[in-house]
Amino acid sequence: MFKKHTLTNSPISSLQQQKQRAAFWFLAPMLFVLLCVAAWPLLRSIYFSFTDTSLTDLYGGEWVGFKNYLSWRTLSSGRTIYSGTLVDPAWWNAVWNTVKFAVVSVTLETIIGLMVALVLNAEFKGRGLVRAAILIPWAIPTIVSAKMWAWMFNDQFGIINDMLLTVGLIDHKIAWTANLDTAMLSVLIVDIWKTTPFMALLCLAGLQMIPRDMYESAKIDGIHPIKVFFQVTLPLVKPALMVAVIFRTLDALRMFDLVYVLTPNSTATKTMSIISRENLIEFDKFAYGSAQSTLLFAIIAVCVALYIWLGKLDLNGDQS
Amino acid sequence: MKKPWQYVNASFLAVSIAASAIHTAHAEEIVLVSGAVGKDIEILKEIVKPWEQKTGHTLTVFPMPASTTDQFAQYRLWLAAGNADIDVFQTDVIWAPQLANNFVDLTPYTKDIINQHFPSIIESQTSNGKLVALPFFTDAPALYYRKDLLEKYQKAAPTTWQELTATAKEIQTKERQAGNDNMWGFVWQGNSYEGLTCNALEWVKSFGGGQIVEADGSISINNEKAIEALKLAKSWVGNISPAGVLAYQEEDARGVWQTGNAVFMRNWPYAYALGNMETSTIKDQFAVMPLPSGTENGPSAATLGGWNLAVSSYSTKKDASISLIKFLASEEVQKYQALQSSRLPTIMSLYDDPDIKQQQPMIAQWKDVFLQAVPRPSAPTKIKYNEVSSKFFSAVHATLLGSGSAEENLEVLEYELEELKGSRW
Repeated sequence: MFKKHTLTNSPISSLQQQKQRAAFWFLAPMLFVLLCVAAWPLLRSIYFSFTDTSLTDLYGGEWVGFKNYLSWRTLSSGRTIYSGTLVDPAWWNAVWNTVKFAVVSVTLETIIGLMVALVLNAEFKGRGLVRAAILIPWAIPTIVSAKMWAWMFNDQFGIINDMLLTVGLIDHKIAWTANLDTAMLSVLIVDIWKTTPFMALLCLAGLQMIPRDMYESAKIDGIHPIKVFFQVTLPLVKPALMVAVIFRTLDALRMFDLVYVLTPNSTATKTMSIISRENLIEFDKFAYGSAQSTLLFAIIAVCVALYIWLGKLDLNGDQS
Repeated sequence: MKKPWQYVNASFLAVSIAASAIHTAHAEEIVLVSGAVGKDIEILKEIVKPWEQKTGHTLTVFPMPASTTDQFAQYRLWLAAGNADIDVFQTDVIWAPQLANNFVDLTPYTKDIINQHFPSIIESQTSNGKLVALPFFTDAPALYYRKDLLEKYQKAAPTTWQELTATAKEIQTKERQAGNDNMWGFVWQGNSYEGLTCNALEWVKSFGGGQIVEADGSISINNEKAIEALKLAKSWVGNISPAGVLAYQEEDARGVWQTGNAVFMRNWPYAYALGNMETSTIKDQFAVMPLPSGTENGPSAATLGGWNLAVSSYSTKKDASISLIKFLASEEVQKYQALQSSRLPTIMSLYDDPDIKQQQPMIAQWKDVFLQAVPRPSAPTKIKYNEVSSKFFSAVHATLLGSGSAEENLEVLEYELEELKGSRW
């Protein structure tokens, strides 16, 4: 290491090289860990999706190409039969459920979260306490809150039906989690309840970075508060909001735990993660499940790329 | 996994070291995983004490969630990874063919005791001539009914599903008129999960509609009788059973039942002891009988459940593990379990045991239920059983929800099962 670089290189670049080398050695443990826990399992499960591996014999899989994704055979009668994940209606149902869930939950969480953040950003007595209290749903483990809501949604002795009946909003007890029409609604309610505080917190961080004097000058100019919100607050909080939305979208697209506890096996709420786990572990179709989780990975990657790309375009538009 | 203080203690108690060294040289710690309902774990720890004293080994129990599906997923992962931390698995009656490769063949170790158990249970735990697990206790559901309500309205306990429907409807209507708004006729397990497979198999079988996939592997589910059975069950939802029954598992049904809000319930034996607890509103007001049949004087069907004990092939303490499961499956333990927690023994002679007859009269009654027990098609469908079951309960759940008729859904199910089967299971 100490050999000849001082002779051959100019002092500046040598310093840079040294820094780079030091940086590499500082990063190396982290890179190594990431390689082990993220890259290796990911590549392995992509590899599995091209084999016929089963969970009973993890090392005995043979290469089968795209069979788990799509394959077809033409019968002697001339009829072609397709098989594989890409023509599996259960898979597309799960994709549709997941997308529906992600769009609705992230939209509502963003709007409500921003509203909550605006309130928390205002000066009022006991603000610190309220800020802490609002984080409680986020702090409860999902399994616990899902179980808790499952009891609240219970049709016979659940508190939700009881309250709605007492107020007179419904005239008979609703089977929230059993009914195909309300199952997704139940999942959405719990998710929004749980995740809005997270959104609110990220928005609040963004709001607090806006300099106060901008509001003061707007006030002096006599601009309507609503106009101030759309012209000043929203553009300035947007970068923080974008990050929050992308976090939530990623989370929502791989949603698993809430559905698994609240409405297991309901076709109205099965998500991509649920269905790939089902194939991976319960149905002894390990390779098929791997193909589905690879697709899930691809879908999320495309969504993120698209989002970043669209987000940048928008920002440029604002700047010009 | 000894706790640190045990080592510390040992080092201080110099006197006892010499003595205990001989004793602990062969002492091993066996780890058993088991789903836990109620007081299962405490009772199990109590039960093994004589075995621990006799052999010097110790047992550590690793509790798991009660849901059989959750347990199966975890066990499968552990076994696929060749995990040696767990020695003994408590396995569901349907798992034997799916997990057979990962467990020790018990045949050579159990020649002396195997004939004591019900042959049908031993058969369910045998896969390709290999005894995968030893029966621990068996399970078969029955119809729970409210003696007081049937007496009040002068009704006989129903022997057919049609009779049950009529009686449930009448009592429910009259009770509601009398001001008991929350009363329902019949609660069962309608969530789309393994439990619905059990419930629906009972309806179909008792109507004479076969058992989804027959023992020879042929797919029999799409038939008139099965359609009739599902149509009757569909008529219950929102009528004599709350619409929410389609999200109920065992404990949800028991919740409605034990608060006194149902006339009939279909459930496993565990609900019997719990229903007679001091805190129960229906203590001593209910009785059990075999599930109704589909036709007058026709057969009744109860899905065979039950739990077994298997030794992992990856265990490093196989001998001690085998001695443990032989102890747990023995007559004395099964008798103790029957008396303490109304568990059904798998040893035939215990059903005539005077103590059990006297203290747990329902167990003797259950022998009738048990003799009519129908196995789920886990043996013929082998490793594909979970998917078969999932397709079946999904089709039934859709029918009960009213998305597609029984005819349509069973026809599609038949096609899907044929696709899944391919040339052979």
